[in-house]
Amino acid sequence: MESVTETRAFLKGNEALALGALHTGMNAYFGYPITPSSEVPEVLATEFGNPQYPGFKVFLQAASELEAINMVIGAASTGAKVMTATSGPGFSLKQEGISYAAGMELPMLIVDVNRSGPGLGNLGPEQSDYFQATKGGGHGGYRNIVLAPASVPEMASFPALGFSLAFKYRNPVVILADAFLGQLKEDLTFPEVPAPKFDVSWATTGARGPERHLLLSMHLDLPDQARHSEHLRSKYEEVARVEQRSESLRTDDADVVLVAYGITARLCRRAVGTLREKGIRAGLLRPITLSPFPSKEIAALVERGVQKFVVVELNMGQMVEDVRLATGGRARVETVQRLGGLLPSSLDLVHQVEAMAR
Amino acid sequence: MIEIEGHYEAKLGHLPTLTSKPTHYCAGCEHGTLTRLIAYALNELDARERTVLVDSVGCSVLAHEYLNVDAVQSPHGRAPAVMAGIKRMRPDLLVFAVQGDGDAVSIGLAELIHAANRGEAITIFLVNNAIYGMTGGQLAPTTPAGMITTTSPRGRDIALTGPPMDATKLVASLEAPAYVKRVLLPVTPTPTADFYNARGSIEGARSIQNAFRVQEMGGFSFVEFVSTCNVNWKMSILASKRYATDVLAKIFPPGLYKDKFGVEKR
Repeated sequence: MESVTETRAFLKGNEALALGALHTGMNAYFGYPITPSSEVPEVLATEFGNPQYPGFKVFLQAASELEAINMVIGAASTGAKVMTATSGPGFSLKQEGISYAAGMELPMLIVDVNRSGPGLGNLGPEQSDYFQATKGGGHGGYRNIVLAPASVPEMASFPALGFSLAFKYRNPVVILADAFLGQLKEDLTFPEVPAPKFDVSWATTGARGPERHLLLSMHLDLPDQARHSEHLRSKYEEVARVEQRSESLRTDDADVVLVAYGITARLCRRAVGTLREKGIRAGLLRPITLSPFPSKEIAALVERGVQKFVVVELNMGQMVEDVRLATGGRARVETVQRLGGLLPSSLDLVHQVEAMAR
Repeated sequence: MIEIEGHYEAKLGHLPTLTSKPTHYCAGCEHGTLTRLIAYALNELDARERTVLVDSVGCSVLAHEYLNVDAVQSPHGRAPAVMAGIKRMRPDLLVFAVQGDGDAVSIGLAELIHAANRGEAITIFLVNNAIYGMTGGQLAPTTPAGMITTTSPRGRDIALTGPPMDATKLVASLEAPAYVKRVLLPVTPTPTADFYNARGSIEGARSIQNAFRVQEMGGFSFVEFVSTCNVNWKMSILASKRYATDVLAKIFPPGLYKDKFGVEKR
C-alpha cells in the first residue's frame, strides 16, 4: 500500500477515516482485524513511523477485541488520543471495556463499521448496531456520544470531531459507519489544521508530590456510587442539551420529512429531489449525532406542522423509536427498512414514500 | 494489631508509597504482606512518581486504597491488556498489577499469555491461593484435586474440570518473558508451631525488587506468590499455612523459572 501524503485524495471510507485520525494527531491505535473495517488498521500499520505524523506513537494489533479495547483503556488513562476500529461482532466484545471506560470517564474513539445481521451475519451494510451504540451497549447504564458520517469526507473529518467531544466530556465516542461507507471510494481533501491539545490534567501518569490520580469505575459505598452515577447523568444531560447535530435538506416547507443517517441518508437525498419533481413536498433530516439524538430538531419540525416522518434505516426499526419519542405522538411516523446487507434502490424508496405521503 | 502496626512503622519508618488505611484483608491472608512488600520495593526504587498500579478484580481490587500511587481499574482479567496500553504509550512509567488466580489464570488467561508473549515491559504479581476469595470460595483453575469449594462441594473432580493449572510454567514456556519466579509466601510453621519461618516474605521482597528492575531493563516480569485463603479453605490460619507448605508447594513448586537478565545473581 502506497503511503498517502497528499492533502487531496481518492480513498475508501475506511482509509479516509484512518488518515483523518492521523491528521488530527491520534497517538495510539489498538485493534483486531475484522471485515469490513480492516483497511483501518492496514492503513495505520503502513503509516506507522511516517514522520508526517510524529504524534502517532503506538500501533499494535491485539490478540482479541477484548484485549484491544483494554489496551485502549490503558493508553487513554495516560491522556493519549487513542482509537480502535471494528465491526459488529467485535463491537459486541468491546462493550465490556466501553462500560468501564464510561465509568472511569476515559476519552476514546471507537469505530464500528456496521455489517449485517445478528451473529456472524454477512459483510453487507446494516444499521443494526444502532441500539448497541446509542443506548449504552454494555452493562450498568451509560451513554456514548455517537457520530454518523454519511460520506468519505466525513469519515475523514469525524475523528477530529470525535476526539474533541471525547476530551471535552471525558467520554467514549463511537463513530457508527456501515460496510457501504467503509468501502465506498470518494474524492476528499484533508484540511491542514494543527492537531488540537486537550486538558489531560486527570491522567494517571505517576503521582506528583502528595497528589495522586485514581481512575476508578468502582464505588463500593452506595452513596459514593450514587454521586458518581448522578454526575454521569448530568454530563449526559448536558451533552444532550448542547451537542445535538443534524443536517436538514428542504425541510422548511416539507409535508413529509425523511429521517435517515449514514448511507441511507445519501439515498434519501436523491429521493427528496425525485419526490419534489412528483409534487410531493419532501425533506430530509439527517442526524449527525445519533447520541445525543437530534430530538430538538424533530420537535421543531412537528411544531412547524410536519405531520409525517418516514424513517429509512437498514434494520428492523431502531432509530424509529427515537424519532417517535421526539415527535411526542404528534405526527405519523412511517418506516422503510431493508435487511441482510441490501440497500433500497432510490426508485424503490420514492415509490414507498410516495404511497405513504398520499 | 495496632501494636504490630506500630512496630512495623517503627522498623520501616513511614512509607510514602502506603496510605494510612488499614487493609480489608482477612486475618492470615498474604495480600496484606504482599501490599507492604510492594510498597517497600517501590520506595526503595524511589519510583512512586513514575508508577501506575492497575487494579485487577478479586481481593486485590482495592490495592489502590493501600498503595499510595496512581491507579487505573481494569475489567476482570484484563489488567495485562490495560497495562500494555499504558506502557506502550508511556514507556517511562513503571506499570504493575496484583492479580489473583481467578483473574489471571481463568478469565484473563488470554490477556496474560499474550502480554507475556509480546514481552511487554510490565510486572505482574500473581497471588495464587487456589480459590476464588472475593466471591466466597468457588472453584479456581488452580484448585487442587479433591479440594472442597462452594462450586465443587464434593471436592474438585479433575475428570470433570481438569487438573490445577500452572501459570508460572505456562508463562515460562514462552520465549519473551524475562523474569518468571514462584515464591511460597506464607510463613511456614515448625511442627510444634513454636516458630515460624518468614523466608517467604524475605524471598518475596527480593523478587518484587528484581521484577521491577527487570521491567526497567525492558523485560516482562512475573512473580507468582503461592498464598493461603484460610477463610474459604475453612481452615485455621495455622492449618492453612501448613496446607500451603505441604500441598500447594508440591503442586506449584517455588523457584526461579526464568531470569534472562541474570538479576538474581547481581
